[in-house]
Amino acid sequence: MLPDNPKIRWVDEPQLGISGRMYLPMFAQGLATTFKHLKRSLAGDVATVSYPDQEPKIDAPLIYRGVHRLNRDEQGRVKCVACFLCATACPAHCIDIIGVESPWPDREKYPQSFTIDELRCIYCGMCEEACPVDAIELTSLYNLTGRSREEMIFDKEKLLSVYDATRESEPMRTASIGGTNG
Amino acid sequence: MVSSSQLLLAADSMLSPTLVQALVKIVILIGGLMTAAAYFVLLERRMAAWIQDRRGPNRVGIPLTGIRLFGLGQPLADGVKFIFKEAYTPSHVDRWMYLLAPISILVAALVVFAVIPIGGMLPAVAGLSDGGEPISLVVIPGFDSGLLLVFALSEIAVYGVLLGGWASNNKYSFLGGLRSSAQLIAYELPLGLAILGVVLATGSMNLERVISRQAESGLWFALAQPLGFVVFVIAAFAESARVPFDLPECEQELVGGYHTEYSGIKLLLFLVAEFLHMITASFLIVILFLGGWHFWGLTGGAGAEVGWLQSLLRVAVLLGKVVLVILFFMLTRWSWPRFRFDQLMALAWKIMLPLGIANFVVVAALGEIRAWYDPEFVDRYWEWGLALPNWLSLVLGWLAVAYSGTLVTDNRPQPGPQVAATRGEVF
Repeated sequence: MLPDNPKIRWVDEPQLGISGRMYLPMFAQGLATTFKHLKRSLAGDVATVSYPDQEPKIDAPLIYRGVHRLNRDEQGRVKCVACFLCATACPAHCIDIIGVESPWPDREKYPQSFTIDELRCIYCGMCEEACPVDAIELTSLYNLTGRSREEMIFDKEKLLSVYDATRESEPMRTASIGGTNG
Repeated sequence: MVSSSQLLLAADSMLSPTLVQALVKIVILIGGLMTAAAYFVLLERRMAAWIQDRRGPNRVGIPLTGIRLFGLGQPLADGVKFIFKEAYTPSHVDRWMYLLAPISILVAALVVFAVIPIGGMLPAVAGLSDGGEPISLVVIPGFDSGLLLVFALSEIAVYGVLLGGWASNNKYSFLGGLRSSAQLIAYELPLGLAILGVVLATGSMNLERVISRQAESGLWFALAQPLGFVVFVIAAFAESARVPFDLPECEQELVGGYHTEYSGIKLLLFLVAEFLHMITASFLIVILFLGGWHFWGLTGGAGAEVGWLQSLLRVAVLLGKVVLVILFFMLTRWSWPRFRFDQLMALAWKIMLPLGIANFVVVAALGEIRAWYDPEFVDRYWEWGLALPNWLSLVLGWLAVAYSGTLVTDNRPQPGPQVAATRGEVF
């Protein structure tokens, strides 16, 4: 780019006033900001959560993206209809479903096996968005640990048990926040 | 042939009280400095955290007990981590220079403290003091070119930085080393000019003498020569490469600057040396301009014979001032943004150097005027009266800098005949 290119628009810096060129007001301003934060932190008002001692507060558990769960319907059956939309949407390819013919009259298929590799998962929440029947959801459980890779591959029973453990604290998505459930 | 008894005799006479005294001081000083540097790193990390609304390292305490002690074990853990890391040497470096750089910078940073007093005098201690003389709290007492030694050694720090940058055989390191050498050499000048004012007023380059001069008059040089003080503090920040002058190692631009290729214990040596530079700069600011161990109504004048209480009080006052200056260094780091390199150079050559010369001229002229009317240098009123024109020179100098606007730079390529002539080649 040449400096006399007509397409270049020259923008002049705003001129500093005499106080700006004296540097002192800015000097004081910088120190004042520093001391404001120093005072606040020393009074104990810090943003850090001392994690193992203190649990972090999750502001909106319903939209937090933690461990998955498989929801049950009113009769306690798995809600999933084995449509594979979640497995297709998953960018990490961590969902593995084996769909078979459903024993129940209200749907054609159901998952004989439904596994999620929690170590491969990137917790993007696209499975949850893709699901047409709100069967798969992300909970607000964040401290997921295990002792082996195998242990971290969650099967259908495990995912249903996550639902049983969190059903009280985190209700299923309702229409009011974008779910299909009544 | 020399017999063993003669050797023993020689050894015995070598261990004179003076030597023992010097050895004790060296051990205490090096141990103290290393510990202080380690704990100042912790303090700096805690301060950084507080200013950024965090908690900072507060977990490491006594190992295996679960006692936390507000994170006071952190320096030890950091040191152990650095020491037990693999001593990795990249294959593309110049081995000997790569090894020499951190050693030379640390040695230079430590040797400076041989002439820096950490207090006034201690009363005589049996076995340590020669013939009942009071003990001077500096490793080399009465060293008349102390300031020269400080300057010579702080210049050697440039070698460490340059060697590190060069030996690393890495362009970021090399750029960091180059910037650093340019910066340190540029700011050496205003630093020296600011010191010249103090040397003129004291008539000595002995740091102990500088302190006792301020204690005699009760007028710290920061009050007597404020312009020199301002120039010195800014140049000292630049010399110790602290924010806003941390261009040698600015992470965002140069990865890590001259120590990018270093790891483990060698990196630790660089980091400790950097902290020692900051501590040295704080000591110099306090000793040259903030009265050293002197505090009005607390530590007594220079001539007074001191007891244990008084002398320990002086040590406490000096070290307290040094800690306050270091705290200021740390606060500064999170308050102001870094200079651009051309701004840094403009500040050194267009502002600090003229201000330093102005300060020197004013101090020298006022000293001459005083010598004319008060040849014995006894009149206390002259001392305080001359501070007034010095303050005036600070205000005038500052205003001149502001009005001349020398820091306002426009480095954009300007349209002109030269550019137009090369039109064909530019693309």
